[in-house]
Amino acid sequence: MTAVLPSRTARPDRPVGGRLIDQFEYGLDAPICLTWELTYACNLACAHCLSSSGRRDPNELSTAEAEAVIDELQRMQVFYVNVGGGEPTVRPDFWHLLDYAIGHDVGVKFSTNGIKLDKTRAAQLARTDYVDVQISLDGATAEVNDRVRGAGSYATAIRALENLAEAGMKDFKVSVVVTRENAGQLDAFKELTDSFGAQLRITRLRPSGRGADVWDQLHPTQAQQRELYNWLLANGVGVLTGDSFFHLSAFGEALPGLNLCGAGRVVCLIDPVGDVYACPFAIHENFLAGNVRDEGGFQRVWQQSELFADLRNPQTGGACTKCAHFDACRGGCMAAKFFTGLPLDGPDPECVQGYGESALAARDLELVTPRSHIDHSHSGPVRGQPTLLGIPSIPSKICDESPLAGLDLR
Amino acid sequence: MTAAVTPVEPPAEVAFDPARPWRRARSVALRPEPFGALVYHFGNRKLSFLKSKTLVAVVEALADHSSANATLAACGVTEAQHPAYVKALADLARSQMIEPNPEGTP
Repeated sequence: MTAVLPSRTARPDRPVGGRLIDQFEYGLDAPICLTWELTYACNLACAHCLSSSGRRDPNELSTAEAEAVIDELQRMQVFYVNVGGGEPTVRPDFWHLLDYAIGHDVGVKFSTNGIKLDKTRAAQLARTDYVDVQISLDGATAEVNDRVRGAGSYATAIRALENLAEAGMKDFKVSVVVTRENAGQLDAFKELTDSFGAQLRITRLRPSGRGADVWDQLHPTQAQQRELYNWLLANGVGVLTGDSFFHLSAFGEALPGLNLCGAGRVVCLIDPVGDVYACPFAIHENFLAGNVRDEGGFQRVWQQSELFADLRNPQTGGACTKCAHFDACRGGCMAAKFFTGLPLDGPDPECVQGYGESALAARDLELVTPRSHIDHSHSGPVRGQPTLLGIPSIPSKICDESPLAGLDLR
Repeated sequence: MTAAVTPVEPPAEVAFDPARPWRRARSVALRPEPFGALVYHFGNRKLSFLKSKTLVAVVEALADHSSANATLAACGVTEAQHPAYVKALADLARSQMIEPNPEGTP
């Protein structure tokens, strides 16, 4: 497993003092920011789903097991978790686990497509301290959004946003994955978000999960990356990014936040069956550190797994370390490199200095990019499924489509 | 998030006076880390870091002393280091990680 990681000196000692970013490279006793996907079940079938979600896994953590994980996070002083999925709110015990976590000093920030956020739930959330909601939206218009997230998903998200605003919820977020198709809508996203009194959060598209299938088609162009960088500098701290655009820092000025790959160092992922991966974008056996059901639980995985120990060293070798911009971008995103078949000690596929494009072009023609063996995608057609891949959506009622459709009447 | 009623004004910023008594804010938790500690404010959900173990000791000991200056002396902070620590505490006061200690007597 260690063979895939960039070359590092053998477990050097942690420096005393210095910059925080240098300390973070050596890892922390507990994650700062932990993503926990509660279920692989989802009502949608987004074309770029990072976790290839759709169907529930029969082996998902039970309510009691999930509570035990929360107890452990409380002991480790993990002060909040990012909950996602799948669609976390379709788990029948979601609202119970939310209350349980908050009652145990583990704040919850959850991502949802909004399917369950009716007026009653919105009012409940508005009354609850220490919870944050992010509504996913990947287009500022239904046309752009529904192409990747599926027909009707824009309307669902907007309804949820209306319900939250009406209930007096504060500080809820609109969460956008920036793609080639919506990169020109950043101002529109900001306006839409402001109109609900919400906050905009934009993150980077990764070639993870089903995202690998559409990455070539959807990842922003070099010109769009430059515009995005300028837009982020202009809009500053008012827009959240999950620190996911640190590869853009190589354009010049460092973006606010942590300009470092935090995988296994300050972040990780617990998936619905309790597997612990280095980061939410790295659901692949090469980045699997253990399972919360193992003896010693999550704490032991975080503090003692071989994989995480290997990740907790500064990168010392590889092409990127010789680049003048290495201190700014630190080689970019590990998952983006891995799933595009690039070496982990080389440039990010979206390297803004252009080294990524050359590296992609130089890939062996025979190269088969790594794929995760974890796939919970719906096996049949899904109502309103995305049209991005040219798959026709199935009509919700047979009469929605003309019985003569497709017939050549000449 | 009871803001559905009346928005609560954030507490007025308190200037940091090292001659006064201070304490770790009641809604703040410290998590020990190899380099110092992670500081988390449950109210405003701000995250911060204490970059030295001495600073961690200072923050934890604030409530036991009549002033921040007395705490620094008790924790072995030298004259030369004093200004840097006062600045660090002022930053923590600004982000509400430490607060004036009404129970302390200067």
